[in-house]
Amino acid sequence: MEGLAMMGAGIGAGIATLGAGLGIGKIASGAVESIARQPEAAGDIRGSMILTAALIEGVALFACAICFMIQSKFAG
Amino acid sequence: MILAGAAHDPDRIDILHHLMDSEAYYHVATLPGGISLDITKHVLLMWLASALLIVMMSSIARQKGLVPRGLRNLIEPVLFFIRDELAIPNFHDKANRYLPFLWTVFFFILFCNLLGLLPGSATATGNLSVTAGLALVAFCMIHVTGVRENGLLHYLGSIVPPVPWWLWPLLLVVEIVGIFAKPFALAVRLWANMNGGHIVIMVIMGFIFLFKSVLAAGISVAAATAIYMLELFVALLQAYVFTFLTAVFMGMAAHPDH
Repeated sequence: MEGLAMMGAGIGAGIATLGAGLGIGKIASGAVESIARQPEAAGDIRGSMILTAALIEGVALFACAICFMIQSKFAG
Repeated sequence: MILAGAAHDPDRIDILHHLMDSEAYYHVATLPGGISLDITKHVLLMWLASALLIVMMSSIARQKGLVPRGLRNLIEPVLFFIRDELAIPNFHDKANRYLPFLWTVFFFILFCNLLGLLPGSATATGNLSVTAGLALVAFCMIHVTGVRENGLLHYLGSIVPPVPWWLWPLLLVVEIVGIFAKPFALAVRLWANMNGGHIVIMVIMGFIFLFKSVLAAGISVAAATAIYMLELFVALLQAYVFTFLTAVFMGMAAHPDH
């Protein structure tokens, strides 16, 4: 049972990282493309890039915090 | 084993407990409901950050003249960056009204983050209670801003954006959840980010005890140093992100129509 819980925590952390990586990667690619197309708007684009990346990262960190709680509940 | 965990059970390493609380140096009181008012390392570090800020900022603010000297060279560009990138885009002509709050939040979080990276100290912002307190302040400021700029009734009316009437009840629920999700996300984001680096360093250093070899020690120390450099960056970034999101939410409350 403990092994399963630990596995769940590890797999959960991995999936959260996968999702966050995909999401932030898409944001960065979009931002870089639009900065290349419109370099004069780089400041605004960077601002919204950081904002959305921070929002995604927040969700990923929730997932990691939950995984961590499972892990520390069963680590002995 | 790796970390001296919480003292309540020597056979179990309760890492989460170790991260959430720090040991009390001076017992003050315990409020009903188990709320502890003890002076812990985190409290001391917050006091240190505040004292440093008061001394540094007041000496800088007292400087006369337009040309900065000494420490002001370091601080002034940051202050202007926050004013030009965060305050003015969100509050337009009322930027000066909310600028002191944004500056204070940014520098307090930054100092807590950076002081936590000194050996032997503790990251006050890596404590969920501290970040929850900061998020509570942000929560109050968001709604104070909304009420102050729009008036109480108009602000309450603007919680739900103008939508068709059948969508209104659904959006009311969504918006009320959003009101509480925003500060919750702020608190957990800062806490998890400040702890994440520490946990990674702890795990990397733990490899030394796991493999018990000199080679592992060399690699671990090098990798931990690299993560430490990343943590320096994250300390700055998270202080900025917290301030940025607070400013955006306050701006949204002040100008509810978009």
